[in-house]
Amino acid sequence: MSLISCDNITKIYQTGEMKVKALKNISLEISESQFISFIGPSGSGKTTLLNLFGCLDKPTEGLLKVIDTDISKLNYIERAKFRGKHLGFIFQNFNLIPVLTVYENIEYPLVMVKSLPKKEREEKVLGLLDAVGMLDQKDKMISQISGGQKQRAAIARALTTDPKIVLADEPTANLDHESAYKVMSLMKKLSKEVGTTFIFATHDPKIVKEVDIVYTIEDGFLTKREDKSENGRQSNV
Amino acid sequence: MYNMIKIAVRNLFRQKRRSMLTIGIVAFGVLAVMLFTATAGSFKNIMVGQITDSMLGHIQIHSKGYVASLDNLPLDKTIKTKQIKKLKEILSSIPEIESYSFRILLGGMLSNYKDSTSIKLAAIIPENERKVVPLLEDRLVKGTFLKEGEILLPDLITKGFKSKIGDDIALVVTNADGSVNGQSFKISGIMESIVGPTGKYGYIHFDDAIAMLRMDSAEISEVAIRLNNFDDMKSVFTSLKKKLNKIKNKKGKPVFEIHTWEKLSPFYSIARMIDMMSLFIKIILIGIVLVSVMNVMIMAVYERTKEIGSLSAMGTLPSKIRLIFLFEGFFLGIYGSIIGTIISLITVYIVNISNVSIAFGRGSDILLKPSVSLSQIGTTVLIVVIVSMLAVLEPAIRASKMEPIEALR
Ligand SMILES: Nc1ncnc2c1ncn2[C@@H]1O[C@H](COP(=O)(O)OP(=O)(O)OP(=O)(O)O)[C@@H](O)[C@H]1O
Ligand SMILES: [Mg+2]
Repeated sequence: MSLISCDNITKIYQTGEMKVKALKNISLEISESQFISFIGPSGSGKTTLLNLFGCLDKPTEGLLKVIDTDISKLNYIERAKFRGKHLGFIFQNFNLIPVLTVYENIEYPLVMVKSLPKKEREEKVLGLLDAVGMLDQKDKMISQISGGQKQRAAIARALTTDPKIVLADEPTANLDHESAYKVMSLMKKLSKEVGTTFIFATHDPKIVKEVDIVYTIEDGFLTKREDKSENGRQSNV
Repeated sequence: MYNMIKIAVRNLFRQKRRSMLTIGIVAFGVLAVMLFTATAGSFKNIMVGQITDSMLGHIQIHSKGYVASLDNLPLDKTIKTKQIKKLKEILSSIPEIESYSFRILLGGMLSNYKDSTSIKLAAIIPENERKVVPLLEDRLVKGTFLKEGEILLPDLITKGFKSKIGDDIALVVTNADGSVNGQSFKISGIMESIVGPTGKYGYIHFDDAIAMLRMDSAEISEVAIRLNNFDDMKSVFTSLKKKLNKIKNKKGKPVFEIHTWEKLSPFYSIARMIDMMSLFIKIILIGIVLVSVMNVMIMAVYERTKEIGSLSAMGTLPSKIRLIFLFEGFFLGIYGSIIGTIISLITVYIVNISNVSIAFGRGSDILLKPSVSLSQIGTTVLIVVIVSMLAVLEPAIRASKMEPIEALR
């Protein structure tokens, strides 16, 4: 089953008179439980594409279906609900809520988006804290933990609602080599365990090494698809 | 809900100094309002008390058209004997009325057999008058209160006449028919003159006036009424007016007219002015709260753009984002008004125990007794909280409408 299907997608940004064609005729399919990365030079359109997958934006042309939903048909509120239900986000600069503890941050989507009862929330959050190795840090405020720890907390937060897809735009860009490596292998492990598809945009060779499928984007065009998993194949698109 | 409150309260403590400053400004505004209304209210109560208790009474009844020609003290516009009886019936049927006093007001010529002067007089029944205006007797600077054959004179006249207590003085009056009568009175007391419509009146006994004016039976110029409870004035006034209006003359017009003290005293406008000033101070408070809360919240939304973007990306509905900010405004207002109220109560308590006094009317050192009522606290807090939430409304709506991709960039 395909989680995301793009059919001839184009995205044009218009600022005043200026038109920027950020994505040009992109077609692809992404299926469940994959570990995927988009690479390409700066300004090639990676973030733009991830924003579309994340239902944060709509394509200018073409059909984009995320979990069988044509997202250009959703309004602002429906998109917010859709994101809360099906998607997880990991940001380059973590974007954890600074006034909440690590535990409360991970709990946040369950309270504010899913409104799960307390007991189930606790079970879920503690399980995830354990999975990302942050149990001992759970009562700290965000300002008291390191970048790597922040990103691990963010991974746990992205997974609390059991999303089908987790989107991560440059998740390791603000981390040192070692933390980046830990974060990457953690995500890979969790991806296999919970069956969530992770989609990255990155320059980072470490990520590229770890992923199953690498898409290359250049100047808004999808130029290459590389499947590195056992039964993978390499192709030019 | 709890989570939103938690986030809102913690957000306030994020910029401690800034939040404290805003809460402080709000508290200061609340303090200003409460202190002003407390002291001005106390002053107003003193003033109104002095006026009603030393001359006017709470409500007065006259024959129709009397008040309009009050300056002449017309003797042909009196309440006649027959109507007095009806009036007594009505007055005694209203339990809220504590007491009432009949007065005849008249003008006359006063002479000490050397000089003469014109004077306005109120003829009263001392026992009744005492009950209606208990502070009248306090105005005596010398001598004793009134008996038949005696006169109380304002100090301005006795000074000019160089009269003493016990001196005889002649009073000449003209009655309604135009005939002139004179009688000699003994000065029994000297009254301090005060500001106000009847502040320089002399006083004689009711029966002396009846005799001098050659009235066959009692007629009166006015009835002054005192109520058990000053706060009932409006309701008693209305019910009394309704009853009085039923009594009509042959032409079918009402016989009586009725006024509260407010309509009879120029001090009412001062009382009104105090109320107006309280209102202005409240408007200033609203301005202060609005500007300071809006200011910090606009800054907060601006600073937290990325955070708002990530909340929104995670699927937090705009209504919830809005609520977080509304709660922040709510708590700014609540904290500010609680602190302001506490400081106000302490200050009012200190003023009360340190016996601050003022001079007004009869009293030269009347204790200022400022008080803050529960309803005053309630309305002030309510105003502040509502205004704070109005102040965050715009920033909150802006935050909730942010496009996550714009906010996250
Ligand atoms: N909101 C916007 N308005 C106008 N142009 C935009 C906007 N966002 C992106 N662009 C343009 O679209 C193109 C693709 O941008 P995008 O951010 O997707 O690149 P990227 O591959 O993520 O780059 P980087 O590796 O630097 O993050 C760029 O030319 C960029 O200038
Ligand atoms: Mg990018």
